[in-house]
Parts: sequence; C-alpha cells; structure tokens
Amino acid sequence: MKAFSALLTSLIYTRSRNDKIDLLARYLHDTPDPDRGWALAALTGGLDFPAVKSAAIRKMVEERVDPVLFALSRDYVGDTAETASLLWPGAPAPEPPPSLSEAVTALGAMTRASVGQDLAALLDRLDENGRFALLKMATGGMRIGISARLAKLAFAQAFGVDIGEVEEMWHVLTPPYAALFDWAARNEAKPDTNALPVYRPFMLAVPLEGRMLTLADFAVEWKWDGIRVQIVHAAGETRLYSRGGDDITDGFPEITGDFHYPAVLDGELLVRGSHQGGAEGGAASFNALQQRLGRKTVPARMLEDYPAFVRLYDVLVDGDEDMRPLPWAARRLRLEQVVERLPADRFDLSALIEAEDFDGLALLRDSARDAAIEGLMLKRRDSPYVGGRRTGLWYKWKRDPLTADCVLMYAQRGSGKRSSFYSDYTFGCWTAPPEEGGEIVPVGKAYSGFTDEELRWLDSFVRKNTVGRFGPVREVAKTLVLEVAFDSIHASKRHKSGLAMRFPRIARIRRDKPASEATQLSEMLALVI
Amino acid sequence: MAGPSWITPLADGLYLPGCDVWIDPAHAVGRALVTHGHADHARGGHGELFATRETAAIMALRYGAPATVHEVALREPIALGDGVSATFFPAGHVLGSAQILLERGGERIVVTGDYKRRHDPTCLPFEPVACDILITEATFGLPVFVHPPIEDELARLLDARARHPDRCVLVGAYALGKAQRLIAELRRGGYDRPVFLHGALTRMCELYAAFGVDLGMLENVEGKSKADLASQIILCPPSALKDRWSRRMPDPITAMASGWMRVRQRAVQRNVELPLVISDHADWKELTGTITELAPAEIWVTHGREDALVHWCRTRQLRARALDLVGYEDEDD
Repeated sequence: MKAFSALLTSLIYTRSRNDKIDLLARYLHDTPDPDRGWALAALTGGLDFPAVKSAAIRKMVEERVDPVLFALSRDYVGDTAETASLLWPGAPAPEPPPSLSEAVTALGAMTRASVGQDLAALLDRLDENGRFALLKMATGGMRIGISARLAKLAFAQAFGVDIGEVEEMWHVLTPPYAALFDWAARNEAKPDTNALPVYRPFMLAVPLEGRMLTLADFAVEWKWDGIRVQIVHAAGETRLYSRGGDDITDGFPEITGDFHYPAVLDGELLVRGSHQGGAEGGAASFNALQQRLGRKTVPARMLEDYPAFVRLYDVLVDGDEDMRPLPWAARRLRLEQVVERLPADRFDLSALIEAEDFDGLALLRDSARDAAIEGLMLKRRDSPYVGGRRTGLWYKWKRDPLTADCVLMYAQRGSGKRSSFYSDYTFGCWTAPPEEGGEIVPVGKAYSGFTDEELRWLDSFVRKNTVGRFGPVREVAKTLVLEVAFDSIHASKRHKSGLAMRFPRIARIRRDKPASEATQLSEMLALVI
Repeated sequence: MAGPSWITPLADGLYLPGCDVWIDPAHAVGRALVTHGHADHARGGHGELFATRETAAIMALRYGAPATVHEVALREPIALGDGVSATFFPAGHVLGSAQILLERGGERIVVTGDYKRRHDPTCLPFEPVACDILITEATFGLPVFVHPPIEDELARLLDARARHPDRCVLVGAYALGKAQRLIAELRRGGYDRPVFLHGALTRMCELYAAFGVDLGMLENVEGKSKADLASQIILCPPSALKDRWSRRMPDPITAMASGWMRVRQRAVQRNVELPLVISDHADWKELTGTITELAPAEIWVTHGREDALVHWCRTRQLRARALDLVGYEDEDD
C-alpha cells in the first residue's frame, strides 16, 4: 500500500503527461504481482466495491470526529475521502500496513453491515497518504488525470511491449491481469484473445489540412457525426466498444442483441431520425444520439424515441480471419458481403462518394448540410487497418462551419458547472435593415463555444443589461453582437424567424461590431438547404 | 457576550475607545499597537506606532518611518491612558512578533496576533500568558490542519534536489518570516551551499541578519546562468512561481512552503509539484492546546476559519465568539 500511495501522491502533483507515464511505468515495472495489477485496475476505474460508498465513510468518520467539524472541514477540503484521511484520529496501529492486495481483498469482502468496522481497522494501520489512497481506491473516481489510454501507454513502456497488443488484451482480462503481466514481464505465452470479444485499437484519420492527394488512390465517404464504435462477436458474446475502449454494450441492447455474426466491425453509431439528408439519410443529429449516451440501462421509451443503428465502415475480423493486414479495397468488398447477413434496420453501409476531382469533392462537402454529416473521409484504397493515427493512410476533411453575426436577445441560467451563470443565449437577426424599420427576430439558441472567461464576461453583460424578465428568462438590451457558428440552417417553426440552426455555438463575441451591422434574415435564408 | 466596554472589535481592528488606541488596524490611525510586520496586521502611515524593535524596523523597511515610534520592550507594561496598560510577549510567529496583553482594572485580555508553538530559530518562542479573554487567530482553524515536523518537509525538499541534479528547486515562500525560517532550518540541518534568492527577498534577509539571525551564504539569482542554478535551492515570493521570471531557471521543480499545502487541491490549483507543509501559524492542535492551557473565561476568535474553533470551544463549555475583522485572509502563508 505504501508504494501505491506514494505513486498516487506523485501522480497528483505531476503535471506533465510524459512524467506521469514515466512514474506509472516505473511503478508497474518495480512492483510485484499481484499488487501492480490491482494498482492498474484502481487507476483505470476497474475496481468496484459496492459496500464502500461515500455515505458509509461519512458515517464511520462521524463516529470518531465531531460531525460539525467534519462538515466544516469537508466544505473546505472539497473531497470526502481526503477530508476523512486527514481527520482520521490517532497514529497508525503497530500492525504493519496492509499490502495493496490485502486491502483489495478486504474491501471486496466488506458488506454494508461490516464496512464501518472493517474499513476502520484498515485505516488504523495506515498513515495519512495510505488512508487517502485506500479511500480513493475504495470509492472510485480517482480523478488524477490517468486515462485508460495513459495507463496502457505506461504498461507498454514499462515492459517494452506493443501498445496495440496491450489494448487488445485489456478488455478481456480481469484485474489483477495476471496473464497480461505474465506475458509482458515474464515472456510467457501471449493470452489467446482471438476467440474472445476483445477491443481492437481503432484506426484514426489525420486532418487533411490543405494537402492535395491523388484522388484515384483514395476512397471517399461521408464523415458521419455519431460516435465511432466497434462491435465484436466471439465466444457467444457480443460487445460494443467506444473509440476510447469503453464497453458500452449495455447502453445499446437493440444493436448488440441482434448481432450474432462472428466478426469485428467498425462503424458509426447513429440514431434514426426524421431529418433526412445527403444521399442516404435516415440519421438524426448528434443531439438525438446524446440522449442515449452514458446510460447503463435504457428505458423502453428511449429505445422507441431514439432507436440506434450502426453505419458500417470496415471489417477487422471475419470469422477466424484477421482482415486488418489486407488493403482497404479488399476489406470493403468483404464488408459489403457481411452487411447482407445483418439485420437491415440496425446495420447499413457507409456509402462511397464519387467525385472527379478535388473541386468537385469540395463542392459536395460544402453542400452537404445534413445534420449527421461532419465532412468527408478519404481512405487510401491500399491501406491496411492499423491502430492509431498514421499519416498518409486516412484523412478527415471537416466541413467549415457557417457563421452569422447575431444580436443577443435573451439569456437563461445554465446548469451543472454553469449553474448560476447566464449561459444559454437566444440571438436574432434583422428582418430588414434597421434604418428601413427592420426588427430583430430570434434565429437560434446556443450554450457553448465560449471560454470560461468569456462566459464570465457574458454573464456580467446579461446582468448589467437586463431590460425585462419572463420567469427565468432575461431580456437584454439588443446591443451585443455574437458571431455564431453553425453547421446548417433549416426552415423551422421553433423560432419566429421561421429558421433554425444546427449546432449553433458562440464563435466570438464581437464587442467591436454595432448591432445595426448584424446579419440580415435574407442572408440567412440564402443558406437554407 | 458583549465583553468589557473598554475594548471594541471593529471591522478594521480592535479599538480601545478610552485611550483612542488601535491594535493591528487595517487603515492608518493616530495611535497603533502592532503585533508583527505582516502586511495584513501592519499598515503604513500611523501617527504613533507601538511595536517591538524588530517589528518597527520591518515596518520602516516596508513603509518608511512613521511620525513617532515607540519601540516597546518585551514583558514591560506601557501605560496607554484611561487606566489601560499594554505588555508585549513573544508570539513565535516571525522575527519581532508579539502577543499583546491588555490590562485594565484587573481585567486581562491577550491578543495573540499570529502565533505558533513550534521551534523557530529566527524568533523567540511563544510565551503563554494567563488571561480572562483570549483573542486568538484561527488561520488554520480546522482539524484537517496539522502541520508535520519541519524536518520531514525539509527532508523531502533536499531529496527532490538530490534526485534532480540538472534541475533546481524553486520554493515559493512568504518574504517575511517563512523564507528566513526555511533558510535557518536548512542551515541547522547542515545545508551549507549558498541559497539563491529572488530580488524581492533580499532586503528582508539582510534585516534578519542585522538582527543576528545567521542565514549563511545568500546569493541573488540576478545575472546567474542556468548552469549556475542547476541543483540549487532558490527562494522566491509565491507570486513569482508562475511569473515569467521563473522561466529563466533550469527546469525548476515548483515547491511551495505553506500550511495550505496540507490540502492536495490547494497545491494542485497552484501548479505546485512539491508541496511543503510549513507554516508559521498555529495548527489545529496548537490552537486548541493553547486554549486548554490558558483556560480563559472567554475566547474571541478571528483571522481565519472562526466557525470550527468557536464550535470546538462551545462543545467544551467555553464561552466563545467569532469576531468579524476585515482583511485578515492570507492565502500565501
């Protein structure tokens, strides 16, 4: 526990990502099994002790420390685990501190009835740093800037193994990852993951950034605006992974429940929507998909209102065959066969786009105003499927957003991190030039795009320039111009202007621009598709 | 619990109306008693100043000489008028720091100013003074604040230095008191290399030396190359840690010596890599221990987190109240 708590303390105070990786790699290299495996699990959120929750810790501390003093301290420190570790009375007991494995075993064995006593007994054997580490590990949520990716990089560095191989095994092995350490640290046989539903590293694209490519060498697809997923079926199990390697299987039962084909496929998770567009259509905006993200269970209503499907990009494994070394063109042919065997309402194919030259492509890109399209993907026809971001193989070519100079009209308070700030803004455009009697009518609403500093400024502007109140809504003096970026604009009954923007966000605050020079509605109408 | 009529806690400081004298006032007044030289207690521009010789010298260095200075001797009562006398006793906080005992008609009030109960080679130790009313500071008035032994913290500082011979350790330390105590404690532990200083610390270190505090060899970082500064300990005011100034250092390990470093997020928020929990204030155990030791009839709490200390007093059937004085929050100490 001592080495682990020292590691945790160092990680907290270390800012540089590389230094964090070095620290963790050194720890993983030097620490014996199974402690290092447990540490890895603790740092990446792989442990769960149902009986040990914040409330149980609070109750245990309040049996030893004046509750008022505990509450005042908690308010000041801002973290229950840290407060408890600082306040825990008495010097460590004479017994030696528990090892990390002993602590994990003990935490796992605790019940709601026993946690008060058993956790206290462990804390009594630890110093302040040890208590902090134990309580953080017990309650999860370390929040010390260690992502799963960073932990895997550290593991790869510690033992000089390939990060891609580490990522493949990560998700099928369970803490304390004995087989992973046996392979990496002791040169024992690589765990056989072929027959297991493991995550494979995603192949990622680099921004095109003005490069001119020989178009004949590349296949072009739409860049769909959902989330990249990998669907895997092996050994009778189906798993759905996000790009970061998170297992999101339980969040999308309509996808995973219908997938029994032994393969590993790469695609975009989207939600069916009424907003048709592009050549294929059928996908709703990212907003709709957001309703479905981050859920462990899905209410039936959600499945009905926001049905998900996967638009397939690639095939990594088909049956026993690892397709990844094959060129993209060969994989695409296979994918077209595979998709035939999948339920059509849950899986379709990301269509290829034909263009004669780059100018034609640019035209296609800019005219595509479907809410679910972010831009274009260019994939080398001979590219193998390789994990990570490799220049020269895949490119993304995002569409430039449209912009308009709008006038701030109304503001409303936000929630969460922005609670108490006026952070939701409704803005409008002129129906005609102001000198010809035009008025400002609402065209959209945005609550993102600004920095924290800009938010404070906007909040203060709203407070100082309020001219009317309608419940929670403040009407402000129509003097402030906001440059609003948006992906497309459509006819809509939502706003008085008869227009609605997709993904509007505040690009800039134009304090320099008088409201009279803001965009006219006629200019906006010209952008409608 | 109004207290005796001859002392009035006002927002700007403690006031003795009968003799028109202020204690640690936050604005310039006619007559002031000042416990010590930190800016939140010692303001410039008073007409008449009563302070220890060291505090008077510190204030003269910072603000120029006031109209009239009464250098008070420790433990010797001075008559202020209206039957009130004041006696200064060491507080153990920084060079020249004092508590002030106020007496009138047999009633005894002790104003601790800032104090600590730990050993400090740069100043006289705190002397407990019996009293009816104790007006205590509460900068670290929460039970989470327990300062570890300074030796442990300096060992971590020296260890960081030894492990990174190409880097330097840049320690943010309050210019009056903390910086000099750190140096003196390093010397006591046998560290005999020169200690490098940010220009803003030089004059105060010279003043300490003039009062007989041996700080060993000190050098200004001005004009030094990165090679000169590698593997050295450099002290600077906390505000300089994130200043452009620190970029001329050889890959500094950012340290900060402060009681606040006990709370991890406080260190993280200030981008401190090496938090050193070193404070010149009493920690929770010293605050409560002193109250227990002196057993005053009443405790007035100020300068910090009053709520917890007042609550602690009340759970022990001690009469306690929080004073609401302005401008006494010191984020750097």
